[in-house]
Amino acid sequence: MSETQPSQDLPEEDGHQSRAPHRVIGTPPPAQARTLLGEAPVSAAPESPRELPAGPDNPAKAQTAEKVVATFFILSMLASIGFIAAYVGLEVGSVDATLRSNLALGLSMSVAFLAMGVGATIWVRNIMPNVEQVEERHVLASGEPEREAFTKTFTEGAEASGFVKRKLLRRTLIAASVPLAVAPLVVLRDLGPLPGTSLRHTVWRKGMRMVVYGPNTPLRAADFSIPGQMITVAPEGYTENQDVLAKAVTIIIKFAPGVLVPNRPGQPGTIMNWTVDNIVAYSKICTHVGCPVALYEQTTHHILCPCHQSTFDATNGAQILFGPAPRPLPQLPIGVDADGFLIATSDFHEPVGPAFWELG
Amino acid sequence: MSWITALRRRPAAGYAVVLLGLVTIGMGYGALTSSGSPASAATPGTVSPQTIAQGKALFQVSCSSCHGMDAQGTSQAPSLAGVGAAAVDFQMSTGRMPGKDVGPEMDRKPVTFTNAQIYAIAQYVASLGGGPTVPSAAQVSSAGANTALGQSLFITDCAQCHNFDGAGGALTQGKFAPALTASTPKQIYEAMLTGPEAMPVFSDTTITPAQKRDIIDYITRLRAEPNPGGFSLGRIGPVTEGIVGFFGGIGVLVFLALWITMKRRES
Repeated sequence: MSETQPSQDLPEEDGHQSRAPHRVIGTPPPAQARTLLGEAPVSAAPESPRELPAGPDNPAKAQTAEKVVATFFILSMLASIGFIAAYVGLEVGSVDATLRSNLALGLSMSVAFLAMGVGATIWVRNIMPNVEQVEERHVLASGEPEREAFTKTFTEGAEASGFVKRKLLRRTLIAASVPLAVAPLVVLRDLGPLPGTSLRHTVWRKGMRMVVYGPNTPLRAADFSIPGQMITVAPEGYTENQDVLAKAVTIIIKFAPGVLVPNRPGQPGTIMNWTVDNIVAYSKICTHVGCPVALYEQTTHHILCPCHQSTFDATNGAQILFGPAPRPLPQLPIGVDADGFLIATSDFHEPVGPAFWELG
Repeated sequence: MSWITALRRRPAAGYAVVLLGLVTIGMGYGALTSSGSPASAATPGTVSPQTIAQGKALFQVSCSSCHGMDAQGTSQAPSLAGVGAAAVDFQMSTGRMPGKDVGPEMDRKPVTFTNAQIYAIAQYVASLGGGPTVPSAAQVSSAGANTALGQSLFITDCAQCHNFDGAGGALTQGKFAPALTASTPKQIYEAMLTGPEAMPVFSDTTITPAQKRDIIDYITRLRAEPNPGGFSLGRIGPVTEGIVGFFGGIGVLVFLALWITMKRRES
């Protein structure tokens, strides 16, 4: 690839193109040429009217400004030295010492940059001549001769490199590239394993007691007898995986008799077979993006999500009253065991939490 | 005034001032703590008929226009049979009752009744149908409380409405969960026990008295935690300063950039 074609080997078509430096792809351009053809320096014959004044507009002001700028530069220098000194000198053993060190480092570095910037700005505004200069825009696309020259150079380079002629090299290069491109895809496998059916189930099982989340004490239905009561419960005895446990967290709410709206065919409502003595259990995970929904208003029986204000009607099977939640909170079938403790009579019958678009 | 200056310079003056200060604080503390005792020290068994009669008279003057002459409730306000002395003590000691403006939420306001009057009204309401009683000082003491369990319970069952910091938050249709920054331990206990307004009830059978004390301990300890930031927005840190710094700073930089590139006057 590094083989270069001497430019004198190539035919010269006319005087205009004779200065075109023929290049092989991958070699650096000649330092003196601005374009492939070197045309720009030729055509830029009329000198642009760059007439910069020799001195500043106001020599007296510039004299003062020079001192000010120099002062700022010296200040910047001192601040930089201060930064080095603070970095070397200040201990960072404790939190307080680190705070002091950070303050010193940040302050000195700010002053160093700021003073340099202020100095440069004053320099520009008060000492440099105040002349407006126009830099004209040009067409971005290269001219026809340049493009022709490029095509020629490219083709020559391709020929010379043997990429076209030497099939073995070309094919083995492609063969080497393909597995390299596939490798990252294989690495993506470790994002798994696939969730399987775990998204559709929680750890609730038939006969599992409900315990108050936190102290983990089981709860009798008789202990949960005042309308307006609400508490967060978890399945008893499950401690293996907090993430899995979090998915099973449930709120139970006690209602006064006659408040719950039973579901009828084709109508939403609370599934009364899944309740015990007007106690209803709903998943605590919002079906929108999974925030814990436990803002229960005992006056209106609304369950509100603190994140996006999705509002569910707790009396009516957690139907959505307001907000972005796409489906009601799943209801957990509950019962009581022989000792009167509240238990789940099965797992949730539908997936809990968000991201079930087909249920939306 | 020279005699004051003379006294001030005596060697014993410093000790005398410290002693005077200690005595003043001691007496003030005694006066404050004893003033709360009549309501909390009494038990239902010792309520005299005169107290109940006094409470009924007060009730009929101040509460009956909404709750009815016999606290049976009206279209304006619920019946008070069975709400218990704790509910009355909570509502009246926080100044929520008697309600002034009927709105979505009764907010805390200055208390206009004495402790003895609140006690009498509470006993009258309790005589209508039982209900939770006012907790004693020992019942709400956080001595030996398990703060970690209190935090766990607070985060699980309280923080959704009251904020993890107890700063309160919005509910539906203008209702809101109040901040817990001014609540006394007794009021927090009573609120859990009775479920005022939209708040659910956390009875002693679901959250035991010991666990309630844990929660109270967590809430009251939280107030002493360092809270960086001027307008802290519920303990989320110095965010407000950051916003002011960011937008203010960006504004300053914009003007600085304008100034740097500004066309100079021809001198």
